[in-house]
Amino acid sequence: MSFFEMHDSEGGIRACYAEVKRWIDETGTAGLHRRLEEAEAIFRRIGITFAVYGEGGDPERLIPFDLLPRIFSRLEWQRLDQGIRQRAQALNAFLYDVYHRGEILRAGLIPQDLVYQNEAFRPEMIGFDPPGRVYSHIVGIDIVRTGPDTFEVLEDNCRTPSGVSYMLENREIMTRMFPELFHRGRVVPVDNYPAQLLRTLKEVAPPACTGDPVVVLLTPGSLNSAYYEHSFLADLMGIELVEPVDLFVEDGRVWKKTTAGPKVVDVIYRRIDDDYLDPLAFRPDSLLGVPGLFHAYRSGGVTLCSAPGAGIADDKAIYVYVPEMIRFYLGEEPILANIPTWQCGTKEGLAYVLEHLSELVAKEVHGSGGYGMLIGPKSTKAQIAAYADRIRANPSGFIAQPTLDLSTVPTLGATDVVQRHADFRPYCLVGKRMRLVPGGLTRVALTEGSLVVNSSQGGGVKDTWVLRD
Amino acid sequence: MLSRTADNLFWMARYLERAECTARLLTMGQRMAVLPGSAYRDEWRSVLRVTGCEGFLQHEGPVTEADVVGILLLDPENPASIQSCLVRARANGRSVRTKLTQEMWEALNESWRHFEGCAVADALRELPVHLDWVKTRASVFRGTMETGMMRHAGHDFARIGGALERAQMTLRLLDVKYYVLLPETDVVGGGRDHYQWTSVLHALSGIRAYHHVYGGVHTPAQIVDFLMVNRTFPRSVAFCVDQMRTHLVRLAKEHGTRSACNETADELFALLKAGRNGVFIERGLHESVQHCLLLTNRLANEIADSYHF
Repeated sequence: MSFFEMHDSEGGIRACYAEVKRWIDETGTAGLHRRLEEAEAIFRRIGITFAVYGEGGDPERLIPFDLLPRIFSRLEWQRLDQGIRQRAQALNAFLYDVYHRGEILRAGLIPQDLVYQNEAFRPEMIGFDPPGRVYSHIVGIDIVRTGPDTFEVLEDNCRTPSGVSYMLENREIMTRMFPELFHRGRVVPVDNYPAQLLRTLKEVAPPACTGDPVVVLLTPGSLNSAYYEHSFLADLMGIELVEPVDLFVEDGRVWKKTTAGPKVVDVIYRRIDDDYLDPLAFRPDSLLGVPGLFHAYRSGGVTLCSAPGAGIADDKAIYVYVPEMIRFYLGEEPILANIPTWQCGTKEGLAYVLEHLSELVAKEVHGSGGYGMLIGPKSTKAQIAAYADRIRANPSGFIAQPTLDLSTVPTLGATDVVQRHADFRPYCLVGKRMRLVPGGLTRVALTEGSLVVNSSQGGGVKDTWVLRD
Repeated sequence: MLSRTADNLFWMARYLERAECTARLLTMGQRMAVLPGSAYRDEWRSVLRVTGCEGFLQHEGPVTEADVVGILLLDPENPASIQSCLVRARANGRSVRTKLTQEMWEALNESWRHFEGCAVADALRELPVHLDWVKTRASVFRGTMETGMMRHAGHDFARIGGALERAQMTLRLLDVKYYVLLPETDVVGGGRDHYQWTSVLHALSGIRAYHHVYGGVHTPAQIVDFLMVNRTFPRSVAFCVDQMRTHLVRLAKEHGTRSACNETADELFALLKAGRNGVFIERGLHESVQHCLLLTNRLANEIADSYHF
């Protein structure tokens, strides 16, 4: 029986949910459905959409929104906050280490091949010190809850985690539609995230920067699935949203082409993959990208956020070692646990996984977005057999984890409040100091019993509250 | 402001204006084609000629209404067709979404698929309705821009793009008239010639305004005066030049420097001022129109140069 976050062990209402439960009862499900329609109309008008790759159909689809907030008490958040910061710090320390002396590899805690042979490892970054020694400036950590006191990390996102626009928009809609819920000021605000992000980005200005750093957001363009988020964040930070064609490199600096001539750029919050940043340094066949950008970066003319090569830290094969990183670099015990993971690349791992595949969740090491995974208990024998063949063909490309008993959160059903599985992604900002907005994105599986919360697979989102007390 | 943003806004407005202007051109073609003896004059060909689209013709011999509607309204391959203009206006707008208001975006977004897969025969049957629809969409867009858009450089670029396109189309309409001009010996202002001249006014929605200015008399000199140098009629060349000058001056102030485009706009202004009272007809209407077109093209290039498009 999954842990239902609204109830305590005796089936009573937990204190942090008391007020919302009262509100649900007073409004009634019919009333809530009416309000939901209003909310959706607002979302559609603003144009918050999330395109899904490889699914066809409407590329500007609306992501389903659930009205009932997911609530963390102050104490719960305190622990999450510490655990998230700890992890973000260790991940950045690991990145610095693997691009320098590689102490953790020499100590034999992580196999060298796993790092140096990894596609996400960028040899071009070796020996370079990014400003503030920060590689991943926005760390998105996917967390699941399996009991009243157990929070576990599902995966890390060190490159360019998306979804933060939903955190902001969901709260905006909720405060606009239900001001009465926020009157007493118990819900900690999240709307300073854009300001904090901008401050973080300015803190890592390159050595060549004099004066107030000029920050831009680099998007692949309006056809990208997260274009809405890019334009949204650029708007809220008051910075320019640029495409690769708007930039060029000269005299070791990056310039944006404006109507008043070239203007220098100091910090680039890039939402483009490493491969497409600079055809001279990475993929030469890329039509995207700014030639010379990487050289300007390495010579201190501009800062790229996140740093190229930051992806080595959120690789699914490296994930297993994050608790080791925390012990090694910080001398602390991990506050947030990892989920036990079997690596098919090892002999024992492979044997165990193949034998227990029907009980496990198996994933591709380089997959994301819930694609290419197998949920053993929900699959047919034929599907499992086919997946086992794929694993045998390329064992090191797969990992497997036990099927988790994810907690459920109250969700608006057709006639009643129902329980649905959810996860949680907070966004930790790392500059000269660390910043963490109390909240994040809660994704919820809208189908009964489903464990897949990805928006590309029919998941929805809801507002996430952290209570003051 | 990013040069690409300025470029996108400039062309977004231009393409939308071009869609409307082409609709007006087709309206004029229709009026002229129903005049007696039009079959001998091949008037539809002149419509294609002024838009530079004669190359899209698939056959020899006289040009039909169906040919022109296919090429100028529906052909997605022809960059000058109304369909292409609507698609391009939207594409330009989409890549600068953050610089548009929600209403402007909706106005663009609702138009672009209207003529997709429409057959020539269907379009012909209800041509005036379709052409009116195009004009309405352009009006809605301009309205949303007028009442909602911030008055920063982006607004200037969009306005300049629209005004430039409109000035060019008025010039082109006058040139159609040139191509079908009757022999010099014909009595000016009477018969067929009269209808041709007034159809130019009709196409530009200027017939009533013209009457208010000049009374009921139609003389070519006065019509040319009205369409080129009158500074109160919004589709006249002079009005559009005034508008461009105003916005170019704003841009020059904002960027702290005047550039070649400001000089060219002034040159156009002076040229039109000196062209009152039939001067353009005396000098040869076609030559004068061509000269103005040349200057507006130069202006467009200079704007792109000055602001690094």
